[in-house]
Amino acid sequence: MSAMQVVFLVLAVVAVGSAVGVVTSRNIFYSALLLIACLFTVAGFYILLEAAFLAAVQVLVYVGAIAVLIIFAVMLTERMMGETKHPWNEQWSVALLVAVALVAVMLYVVINGNWQVSDAATPTDAIVALGQTLLSTYVLPFEVASVILLMALIGAIIIAREERPIGLAGEEQEGED
Amino acid sequence: MIPLSWFLIVAAILFCIGLYGALARRSAIGILMGIELMLNAVNINLVAFWRYVTPEVLTGQVFAIFVITVAAAEAAIGLALIISIFRNRETVVVEDMDMMKW
Amino acid sequence: MENLVKLVPFIPIVPLLTFTIIVVFTNRNKKLSSYLAVAAIFITFLLSMVIVLNAVIRMPHFAEEPAVHLTLLRIPTGATTLDIGVQIDPLTVALLFMVPTVCLMIFIYSIGYMEGDPRYSRFFAYICLFATGMLGLVVADNLLLLFVSWEIMGLCSYLLIGFWFEKPEAMWAGLKAFITTRIGDVLLMLGMMILYFQTGALRFETVFEGVEHLAETNPNLMLITALLVFGGAVGKSAQFPLHVWLPDAMEGPTPVSALIHAATMVAAGVFLVARMLPIFVVLAGMPALIWVAAIGAFTALFASTIAIAQDDIKRVLAYSTISQLGYMIMALGIGGFVAAVFHLITHAFFKALLFLGSGSVIHGVETNDMMEMGGLRRKMPYTFWTFLAGMLALAGVPPLAGFWSKDEILATAFVENRVVWVMGTIAAFITAFYMTRLVCLTFFGQARNKEIHAHESPPVMYVPLIILAIGAVLLGFLGVPADFPILGPLLGNNPFHHFLAEQFHHWHYVALPHVEFNIQVMLISIVMALGGIGLGYLLYGRKPLVAGQRDPLERMGIIWTVLRNKYYVDEIYRATIIRGTVGLADLFFRFDLGIIDGIVNLVGKLTERWSWISRLFDVYVLDGIVNGVGRVTSVVGQELRYIQTGRVQNYMIIVVISVLLLVGVFLYI
Repeated sequence: MSAMQVVFLVLAVVAVGSAVGVVTSRNIFYSALLLIACLFTVAGFYILLEAAFLAAVQVLVYVGAIAVLIIFAVMLTERMMGETKHPWNEQWSVALLVAVALVAVMLYVVINGNWQVSDAATPTDAIVALGQTLLSTYVLPFEVASVILLMALIGAIIIAREERPIGLAGEEQEGED
Repeated sequence: MIPLSWFLIVAAILFCIGLYGALARRSAIGILMGIELMLNAVNINLVAFWRYVTPEVLTGQVFAIFVITVAAAEAAIGLALIISIFRNRETVVVEDMDMMKW
Repeated sequence: MENLVKLVPFIPIVPLLTFTIIVVFTNRNKKLSSYLAVAAIFITFLLSMVIVLNAVIRMPHFAEEPAVHLTLLRIPTGATTLDIGVQIDPLTVALLFMVPTVCLMIFIYSIGYMEGDPRYSRFFAYICLFATGMLGLVVADNLLLLFVSWEIMGLCSYLLIGFWFEKPEAMWAGLKAFITTRIGDVLLMLGMMILYFQTGALRFETVFEGVEHLAETNPNLMLITALLVFGGAVGKSAQFPLHVWLPDAMEGPTPVSALIHAATMVAAGVFLVARMLPIFVVLAGMPALIWVAAIGAFTALFASTIAIAQDDIKRVLAYSTISQLGYMIMALGIGGFVAAVFHLITHAFFKALLFLGSGSVIHGVETNDMMEMGGLRRKMPYTFWTFLAGMLALAGVPPLAGFWSKDEILATAFVENRVVWVMGTIAAFITAFYMTRLVCLTFFGQARNKEIHAHESPPVMYVPLIILAIGAVLLGFLGVPADFPILGPLLGNNPFHHFLAEQFHHWHYVALPHVEFNIQVMLISIVMALGGIGLGYLLYGRKPLVAGQRDPLERMGIIWTVLRNKYYVDEIYRATIIRGTVGLADLFFRFDLGIIDGIVNLVGKLTERWSWISRLFDVYVLDGIVNGVGRVTSVVGQELRYIQTGRVQNYMIIVVISVLLLVGVFLYI
């Protein structure tokens, strides 16, 4: 067993463990924090897969933005320190069954799959290559993604802002704050 | 060399854990977190396949970047929605939001 | 003659046109209608006289020539044709002499008699149509035209008897006449059909040739056919047992009684037998003729006995007509063809005269009941003297016409069939008796009903009487037997006999007896006639009855009652035939009502039941299915809606389960 494999195994254990913690924790806040841990391990996976830029992006965006956003939301919406009775809804047994079945199926496919592994090397200057690919071959999805982000931006603001009472059609009150 | 199947196994497990979370959690934010787990698992899959099947073409990474982008947008919207609902209903328990029921 | 025969079709057509014109155009104008009718008959009279004179001039060869034909219509009937046409032969000419003359007299008389009647024009229209029928009958050369004319006359008889249809008696009398003669008509039609089938033709000459063969091959059928044809004559000429309609027919106006029921229509039956004599004679032994003679003789005697007990002047004359027709039929039955036709012609004149005279009496006295009359001799002289002439003619007093014709019949009977002669002679006695009774009750003595103020009729009525009386007196001289001392040769050796005797000489199987002049028979006839008159005078004339006095003959008691009630024949018919027919009709009616209506109603009910079942099917099955579909959908929906929990996670898990299933399927198949 090489050093890489050991690292991988450690990362794998941490990832799975924190993921389990995310979905089973009674405290939302703990779930959020465990989610951050999981995300970090995923970044580690990216490094193992020689996708350094992606690992950096993962940490910056996922952990830095999304996870933080989740924590904001948690704080804004729930009693922080309290433990909920139990975090499961009524169909948890079925969900468990389904998840187990699915994982069984997927493991079966993965293990019995004939993956054609190639020995080629990754591009030397990955980031440059990435930038070029993004703006040449995938320029359209790139633009679309930017539009999505714009929409999300605007949408989130509108959805989440304070409501102001609006009068009936034709009548618009000057709002009092 | 780490075999590809290992990565795929881990991704599969993470995906199913995330699926369980999305299906079984009461809190809306919990569901969202499950979804984030699923997305991450998919990303791992994508990058692993890129690395081991077609490393010279960066399609896998690009795809993963887009996934992250969309995940971010979706998380933003989702959380905005949750906050908005919380303002109206004082709860984020998904079970209580069943006005579209029979 | 071949050219003259072209005139013949006009003889019946002119009155037909007049009928149409009166009906369509001149119905409102009474005077015009009557003048048109008289003019039409006058034209017919002229045409007929042309033909008659022509025939008389060519006598005696005329009789030996074959009849002259004119075919008007040829109807193709398969391989053969049916020829409809007219003919001129001795019999036709004889009738063409009598019919238009008598019709003319009666038409003129009617102008006066029917004065004031609201349906004046219609009357003349009807008698024109009737004239068409009678004339068509006379000139026809085939059974079809004869039958059609026969029926036209029957129709007119019905219409004219019931002319005053406001009177229920008149209406019923018309119906009775029509129905009774219908029985005879049906028999005649059956006879006609058999003849047509057996001989293949309806033309007289062809039929006469064909029946020879039929008589040899199937004598029974021949006899039946002859009797069927005779049945028509029995009905139309009011012989027993179909005589019951004629007395009731007196409900019609008197000109009608004179024209139809004395002179012409009732003579049609006699004419028919005379015309068709070959079919009666063709059978060896002539059994058909025996029937004819028997019925004729019986009727003659039977009717005359009824006549002596009637009070209605027209009834007496009606029964007298029946009796005289019996004479004619009887004469034909014993082979006295010429005698029968001779009597037909003379009878037409004096019977028409008698009826018109009685009409004149009724017009003046306004009652038919002789018991109410009396003493009219002085008040109605023209009527009286002409009536007397007619009565003497009828009674058979020489030298008037009736004597010669009746004597010829009796002379033939004496030779051919003694029984018939006896019956005829007795009937002659009775005839003279009742006519004397009639004349005495009507004209002699004092008026029994002081209320009645009798007056003579206008000239338009008594002039025809005079003309007819001349005929009644003089016509007989045409038929004086050739062997009669002095008068016979003087008057041409019985020209009438010569004229008619060869009518059938083309059919060798018709052998008519030649009658020798027999002085004994003549004397006995004279004695009978005078004896009857004497008895009548004794009872009614010497001391004419006064008001309230009963008829002397009532001393006969039960016989008187039976005679007065016409032997109860009508009552017997009503109890048996009429009740039977009505009962049968009722039975059929009830059958129709019960069974046929029952079937119809049953079908209706079954349909109703079926529709009820259909409705059940529709409601429960079909509607059930339709509703069921709806209900199933509703129920299913109601059960399935719980899937919609409103919770996203439930939906998601279903998605995932579905995906798993699909993956499973994909993996293992």
